Amino acid sequence: MARMKFVCDAERCIECNGCVTACKNENEVPWGVNRRRVVTLNDGVPGEKSISVACMHCSDAPCMAVCPVNCFYRTDEGVVLHDKDICIGCGYCSYACPFGAPQFPASGTFGVRGKMDKCTFCAGGPEVNGSQAEFEKYGRNRLAEGKLPACAEMCSTKALLAGDGDVVADIFRNRVVQRGKGAEVWGWGTAYGSKQAGQAPEGSKT
Amino acid sequence: MISQRLALFPALLAAIGGLSACVEKPQTLGMNKIDGAPFQGAQNQFVVPGWKTGDKSSWEQGLKVRMQNTQNEYSKTN
Repeated sequence: MARMKFVCDAERCIECNGCVTACKNENEVPWGVNRRRVVTLNDGVPGEKSISVACMHCSDAPCMAVCPVNCFYRTDEGVVLHDKDICIGCGYCSYACPFGAPQFPASGTFGVRGKMDKCTFCAGGPEVNGSQAEFEKYGRNRLAEGKLPACAEMCSTKALLAGDGDVVADIFRNRVVQRGKGAEVWGWGTAYGSKQAGQAPEGSKT
Repeated sequence: MISQRLALFPALLAAIGGLSACVEKPQTLGMNKIDGAPFQGAQNQFVVPGWKTGDKSSWEQGLKVRMQNTQNEYSKTN
């Protein structure tokens, strides 16, 4: 069974924000909401690294755990989605998410916080697949069209990989073996500590 | 005496029936809608050809081929 996953190759990401633009265009994301962002560490310092970040569709999603109205659900493909008809816009999910994925469109005179909006892995939501209602609430359902997320397919350097976790791992592993480096940012060392992981490059301000 | 009790019986039944309106409504949290599986296809004209709608293995295979074609340039250069 396919388990959908994202990974961003920090050795390849050039901070072009093509993924952000592709996402906004494909899903017609509301003004003020970015489902995906590019984060750069040590910006301007030689050796800076960028990664593209959105909802990581966690296997044990904190947003799902804290939601007081239980609007989240996980599909068989491992994509974390939510029902905007149930969401009350409380914002708990945004505090729980370590990636800042949940976004809230501000609307009205006092900037009232609306229903939560986040990356759907281009899998729409709980409406008829490919329907206008689904598009207006959640964006395009590219998975049901036999496609992959627009951000990854539009990535000019193929830094952002998306799809079945097994295939993502195969592609990334092959790259690392071919070039002989670049597994430091994502991997065992980052999660559990190693000498080289997470170290600032020489000359950095930190 | 018995006839008096029997006469009260319908009134008792009506009272019990009336109490049923006091039962608490279910407040179970959860989805009231079910999301369709992606391999069922989308109801629009943007579905890519090459896989059979409703066939999960065909859909998965289609995505794997698409991943290799669009995200793995090593398969083209090596």
